[in-house]
This record gives sequence, structure tokens and C-alpha cells, in this order.
Amino acid sequence: MDIHTFLVPPAELAKRKGPHDRIVMSSRVRLARNLKEAAFPGWAKKPERVRVLDMIRPTIESLPEMKDSYSETMDSLSTLDKQILVERHLISREHAAKSAGSGLVLNRDETLCFMINEEDHLRMQALRPGLQLRQAWAAIDSADTQLEKRLEYAFNGDWGYLTACPTNIGTGIRVSAMLHLPGLVLAEQINPIIQSVNKLGLAVRGLYGEGTEALGNVFQVSNQMTLGESETAIVERLEKVLAQIIEHEENARATLLEKKPKMVYNHIGRAYGILANAHSISSKETMNLLSLMRLGVDMGLFPGVDRALVDELFIMTQPAHLQKQHTEKLSAEERDLLRADMVRERLRQVSRPIAKPLPPSGAELDKPEK
Amino acid sequence: MLCCICKEKEATVHLTQIAGDKMQKVDLCEECAKTKGVNDPTGFSLADLLLGLGASDEIEKAAGGAEIKCARCGFTQADFKKAGRLGCPECYKTFSEPLEGLLKTMHKGVRHVGKVPESLRQTRDLSDRLKSLEKKLNKAIEEEDFEEAAILRDEIKQTKARLTTAAI
Repeated sequence: MDIHTFLVPPAELAKRKGPHDRIVMSSRVRLARNLKEAAFPGWAKKPERVRVLDMIRPTIESLPEMKDSYSETMDSLSTLDKQILVERHLISREHAAKSAGSGLVLNRDETLCFMINEEDHLRMQALRPGLQLRQAWAAIDSADTQLEKRLEYAFNGDWGYLTACPTNIGTGIRVSAMLHLPGLVLAEQINPIIQSVNKLGLAVRGLYGEGTEALGNVFQVSNQMTLGESETAIVERLEKVLAQIIEHEENARATLLEKKPKMVYNHIGRAYGILANAHSISSKETMNLLSLMRLGVDMGLFPGVDRALVDELFIMTQPAHLQKQHTEKLSAEERDLLRADMVRERLRQVSRPIAKPLPPSGAELDKPEK
Repeated sequence: MLCCICKEKEATVHLTQIAGDKMQKVDLCEECAKTKGVNDPTGFSLADLLLGLGASDEIEKAAGGAEIKCARCGFTQADFKKAGRLGCPECYKTFSEPLEGLLKTMHKGVRHVGKVPESLRQTRDLSDRLKSLEKKLNKAIEEEDFEEAAILRDEIKQTKARLTTAAI
């Protein structure tokens, strides 16, 4: 099956709602598991990797929640297909680089995704829109419980689930949330926040995980330690920290509007101006400007505009998604032209931002209960 | 002082991490610091960096000069130094001693807390129970409480029997 007929259309994806989705774009829980009897993928020879893949893949396909899933080996996917999956945060960049002996099983609504023979034999993740860490954990916990009946996991009484990298042993869990934090960036408060979150033993990363920059003011916050703390304790700890970051972001936005409204309107107005009128624009600039427009929508500066419009462009303007809409192979320069055309077209119906926000009607503060 | 990654250029970036009672130092030249993303607070993790450097040192130290090699998959400490990853689940037994120290600096604890596969849960509970019973028995003998000791001895016998059936 073609991956593109399978994937959820970006317009639909952007409309998905979740608690606190003003700031928390998505929640994710990932588990790392390995088979007891095989070498880890990075050390195993190809026949062994293929054997592991052939054992794990049908087991996942047989799960009731994976009915009608998309299941494929990595060598049968094109570079472009893989890149699209990366842009959707369904697979890691590391997994996109794999070929024979690695695989992928993805469910119909893109909420459960299994990478086979990435760094570990099995990396499974549950995704949810907005702040829904508990729901994501419950979903992946249940899938894991069914799998453990049929796969013999590498598990040690002292060190828990054994993983290729010692940084993941124990629970093998990574709980993370993707946050949109333009207020903290504009108020220049983001670095102290990152530092204090780091001090709590949590990692802050850019849009595409490990070692990537924070494009579009999007940050990923996740746990780093996996041994010596239970899954539920990690989820709860992250929830507490996220509640505080959400509060800081809301405060930063409110303070900016009160103390430096002109600075904020200037940034948002210029972002709109460029997006609505540019004839060539890079993916990086688009993301950074779309982030400011998203902030403008949140602040009520674009009455009648839904955040989904911005979120859809966020997905559609990324290089691989853009390439997929055209049959001929595009150079980076050609992509910049077509990207600008697409954004201009989509923003034709959007009026320029008003100079003063309307009294809040859907823009009331998003205060998480603690 | 030379950079501990490339071992060629003079180290100008010095990092120290104190986790619990362990202090670790890394000295890098400007170029290596840049490639490791030290300047970028969003992309940098000292733990990942230390894993490559500190881990292999620990393993070499524990080996006392001799090369440790996993009997099952043939993975050696030199491979670990290169990859920062282990070869197979069995490697955790092979390299258990040096890993112990390393894990302490990386994680919250050194013993797993949380989910256990159901098939192993019973075994794990029983062996935990056995350990605590044996401790109690030693204490009872020390205190010359032989009545208690007799009860404990029977319980230990039962638990051991259940453990052997559970393991099969």
C-alpha cells in the first residue's frame, strides 16, 4: 500500500484537539524493548536483524488496535516517504536511515507507531494531541502487555528492560511533550527555563529530537533517566513540570501584551506581512514566522482564523511534504518558490492582524490545574 | 591539556558534572565542543557525552588491562568505546561491574522500579520474598529465637519450592 493514501491528511491532523493544545502541541510515550535471544540491531548481522523483524512484525500486526495498520520494511520505502514520516514525528531520523532488516507498523489514525530494529529491537510509541501523557502511557502500556505474552523480552530483575544504550535501561520509557513557547522566547526567558528544567533531570530538545534546533519556537521536554523511577512516577513528574511551563508561557504572553504590546504586534504583523507576500521562503523561516502567526491567533489578533490553518501549514510547508505535492524533483530553490506560493494562497482569505486584540473570547488564559 | 575527544588540539572548554557523590570532568577543544553541541543548551546532554568517554574508562579500569569480551555476541570494550551501545542483552552480565558505576551517574537509582513482564513478576516477587525471609532467619538465629527460626525455615522451604515450579 502507498504510504500517502494511508496517512491522515494534514488538514484533518491539524484539526485534532486536546487539552491545553494552545501550548502543548502533542504528547508522546515511547517504550524500548528487546528480545532476549538476539543481538541488538546495531551489532546484529543482517540475517539476525531480518529474523527479529520477521518475528516481531506479525506479532504487532495481530494486535486488535493495529487492525488495518500500515506495515512495511524500511528498504521498501523511498527516501522521500521516510522523510515524510520524520516530518510527522512518526519515526526518528535514525530510523529513516535504516533499510533492510528494519520495519515500521503504524495504526490507522497515527496514534500508535512501532519501529522495529531502530536502536533497539522494538521502539513503540503512542501519540496524542494536546497534553495527554496519561492516556498515551495507558495506550502503549496495554499494547506492551499484549506483546510480552508472545515475545520474550530481555529483562533483568535489577536493571529492568535491557536496551542497547545503558541510558534507556529500567523502564525503557521516554515521556515527552512538544511545546510551542513563543512567549518565553520573545520575553527572553527561555534559557533560564531550559536550565531549570534540565536541573530537574529532564531534557529539552528541538523540534525533531536529539541534537536538533528549536525551529518555530517548538521545544520537546522529556525525561532522561529511566532506571530507579516507575513509569507512573515519571509521567506524574513530567505533568507537574509541564503545568509550570504552561503557566510561565501564559504569564510571559500576558506580560508582553501589557508591557511591550508594540513589540509583540510588530513581530506578528511582520510575520504575517512576509508570509502573505513572499515569493520565495525557506522552510526554516516559514516555521519561525508561522510560530508568530500562531501566537497572533492565540492572542486574538486574527479574528475568525482557526489555529488549524497555521498548524496545517506547519506540516505542509516542510520539505518532504512539499515535494510530495509535485511529481518532478524539486531543488531547494524551487521548493522555496512553491512554498511561498502555497502560503500566499492559503493566507489570501486571512486579513492582516488587527492592531488591538478583541476582548478575549477563546483566548482566555489556559491555566492547568495543579 | 589535550581535548579528550580528538586528543589533538588544546582543550579550552572544561565541563564538570556532579551527580550524587560522583564528579565527572570533560575537557574539549573548541571544535569538538561545537560538534557535540555544548554551546547550544537545547541540544546538549552531558550524559550522552560522558557515556562515550566515561564508560569506556570504567570498563578498562574494571578489566585491569585484560580485554573483556561478551561470550555470547563477541562484543568487546573497544566496541563499546566506539559505539556507546552494547552488543546484546547478555553484555549486561559481561560488563556488569563497570556498568554498575556508570549507571549510578546516569540514573535515579540502580534498581529497576516499575513494570515487570507478567511471566517474570511471580518469580521476582518470590525471590524478593525469599531474600527477606533469609534475612529474618539470620536475625532470629542470632537472637536465639529458635521457635521463630523454625517457622521461617519452613516458609523458606515452601517459597523455594514455589520458585522452582514458577521458573519452569
